[in-house]
Amino acid sequence: MPDRKNAPQIIDAVDMHLELKPYESYTLDNGVEVYAFNGGEEEVLMVELVFFAGNWYEKKNIVAATTNFMLKNGTKKKNAFALNEHFEFYGAYLNRHCYNETATITLHCLSKHLSELLPVTAEIITDSVFPEQELLIYKQNQKQRLEINLKKCDFIANRLIDEYIYGFHHPYGRYTSTLDYEELQREELDAFYKQYYTNGKCIIFTAGKLPADIIPQLNKAFGHLPFQQNSLSDKQFNPAPAELLKYNILNDPEGVQGAIRIAQPFPNRHHPDFSRMQVLNNIFGGYFGSRLMSNIREDKGYTYGIHSHLQNHIHTSALVVSTEAGRDVCEATIAEVYKEMAILRTEPVEEEELALVRNYMIGSLIGDLDGPFHIIARWKNYILNGVTDEYFYNSIDTVKNISAEELRELARKYLNPEQFYELLVV
Amino acid sequence: MIEYDRFVLDNGLRVLVHQDHSTPMAVVNIMYDVGARDENPEKTGFAHLFEHLMFGGSIHIPDYDEPLQRAGGENNAYTTNDLTNYYCQLPAENIETAFWLESDRMLSLAFGEKSLSVQKKVVCEEFKEHYLNKPYGDVWHKMRELAYKVHPYRWMTIGKELSHVENANIDDVKAFFWKHYRPVNAILVVAGAVKPDNIKRLAEKWFGDIPMGEKYHRHLPAEPKQTEARRSEVYAKVPVDAFIKTWHMDARLEKGYYVADLITEILGGGASSRLYESLVKEKQLFSALDVHHWGSTDKGLLAIEGRLVNGITLEAAEQAVEEELAKIQAITVNENELQKVKNKTESMIAFEDMSVMNRAASLATYELLGDAQLMNTELGKYQEITVADIQQYCKEIFRSSNSNTLFYHAQK
Repeated sequence: MPDRKNAPQIIDAVDMHLELKPYESYTLDNGVEVYAFNGGEEEVLMVELVFFAGNWYEKKNIVAATTNFMLKNGTKKKNAFALNEHFEFYGAYLNRHCYNETATITLHCLSKHLSELLPVTAEIITDSVFPEQELLIYKQNQKQRLEINLKKCDFIANRLIDEYIYGFHHPYGRYTSTLDYEELQREELDAFYKQYYTNGKCIIFTAGKLPADIIPQLNKAFGHLPFQQNSLSDKQFNPAPAELLKYNILNDPEGVQGAIRIAQPFPNRHHPDFSRMQVLNNIFGGYFGSRLMSNIREDKGYTYGIHSHLQNHIHTSALVVSTEAGRDVCEATIAEVYKEMAILRTEPVEEEELALVRNYMIGSLIGDLDGPFHIIARWKNYILNGVTDEYFYNSIDTVKNISAEELRELARKYLNPEQFYELLVV
Repeated sequence: MIEYDRFVLDNGLRVLVHQDHSTPMAVVNIMYDVGARDENPEKTGFAHLFEHLMFGGSIHIPDYDEPLQRAGGENNAYTTNDLTNYYCQLPAENIETAFWLESDRMLSLAFGEKSLSVQKKVVCEEFKEHYLNKPYGDVWHKMRELAYKVHPYRWMTIGKELSHVENANIDDVKAFFWKHYRPVNAILVVAGAVKPDNIKRLAEKWFGDIPMGEKYHRHLPAEPKQTEARRSEVYAKVPVDAFIKTWHMDARLEKGYYVADLITEILGGGASSRLYESLVKEKQLFSALDVHHWGSTDKGLLAIEGRLVNGITLEAAEQAVEEELAKIQAITVNENELQKVKNKTESMIAFEDMSVMNRAASLATYELLGDAQLMNTELGKYQEITVADIQQYCKEIFRSSNSNTLFYHAQK
């Protein structure tokens, strides 16, 4: 019979070797930078084109997201069906996403089909036509989707909390109404597309089992497109946080749960407190064993889950606590969140818990660096945020060495209820 | 080709080891041969509630999560109508911690009252979050009840109603554990930066002395063949009408399953699929449309569901769907279209297999189905399917008498 009472010996994850494997970088003929990571066992790869075409750059609400969405809805040579058919025939996934600063086109495919897929990806960047009919269908369906989402308390809460933190005029705080869809014009998409995609700034990330001629292939497809790598205006927005801190919104009189958001602005990752705050956030509400989860889910059963996180924005960030809790225990949940803040402000985290969190964070970092797609995703995040692998090693250093006293100082600085926006949507 | 070693302990625990030394991590995955289909119809949602209780402390270890996190690990679990799966990932050096934790909770839970009372509340909140406090959240509750009269697939994994979860008591918990959570009803898969010899040693050491338990033999009532079309209408406070229609299809290991999988892709997989092109784009009847099937072990359902464009009637939407189904039965799909969905399947499998965690769970799933080696022969089964198979199976399943239709009306 093994000794079941005592845990087996472990090697502390903090003592394990951690390395962020380097990328290789290239420049295509037109100046486009390519960051590549070759690796993996399966014969698959991804190519991601990042454009500076997020809603940061739009003049009118929803133009950036719609332009991005409609990239697959028709070029001069292929209609929407033919475009989709081409990628799907090769079992490839061509996804596009619009974020705040950037918008992406991402190809995932079996490595053997790459050469069939790159030319059509390039066609999308230069020859998209945004057919009127496709736009009409898109507007109609998106409006309907929005109407359904507006019935959900969590959807409403996510929109409003961002508005309180950043202000509606700020790209991070803005959201969409059905009227925005109605007012969209084809010409606006076309103009945005030409400026920010066809003649915009592009960076390419690629990872997976890369063919030996990956760079010549990328150069052939994208190296002669008319990108303007220095075309970006330095557009700045200043957040205008709301004056009132506390909000109660009634969305569904018959709902059985409420959505709670408790948030405050926080600097971006260039601020020295950012990676320190990652540690405090983990203890507070960042993982399954966090204070919020242990108390509010595992002890009281008020919710299926409660989390806190630092938003992953480039310009400026926010610390957000979010949960959906039983309607009759929402107020009690909010009170417990503040109680946990108070404990972190007054009592130093005990060494046992701190050691656990250090190991957990390093362990999940090791897990997160598993495989070529994860590695390039981390590099992409660093490159777009203007940090280097120094940030990676410094963060690890912070996780390993931050003291209980420093964490308490941090909690005193950032976990004060009077600094938080508090929102309850029921 | 996924390679693995397999051995069985004296107590019947099946162990599979899959090596991948490109990662510093190890995955420990334990699958138990029990799901919502094994529940008492008066106590539904129990298998899933039980999954929560597996984290509430075992006989020698008060808390599962903490020591795992201390060892740099993370974990999760899920329950389906067919099975329950627990998995954790941690740095391979610390793998013994996972053996210690998993074997102790297989040996015996602590059966604490507090854990039960808290997790009943947590699961009720999960129920509300996903199925009650959401527009259309109850669609599948209703559809399951319509399509199944006998087989336990007639209720959702989360349970038929909140009261079933609320009424669970500690005696139910104990009985369920001793019946289903025995080595003879479990499969352990270890994957990642591990050596089979060492895993064998660890498996013997930690799991070897757990009493075998009784093999659970499932005797579920088979769903009688449906002989006439079933229809139902619902009125709810939702913004737009929704349409959902399902057809019974083959079980996981039957040939029809693979054919149905490809039919699903042809009809609704992606923006070049038939229904998307015809009903969303051309005719603009649906604002959102989805074709899918359950992937269940026993005979499951293939479903077409969507939300209607304002002003379109459910009758018109249904008729258009039926026209497409008539077409795929009358005219053989062309070879190119079949090749497309086969290519998609090949690619989907390759992407799924990228993660060690997915590979471990797949091995366990196939072992539970009868043979882990199925994981390596799966793609071949899709490749063998012909256009004639597609046509023939469409004729077989898309009969009106095999269908269940739900009109989900927006209450004005």
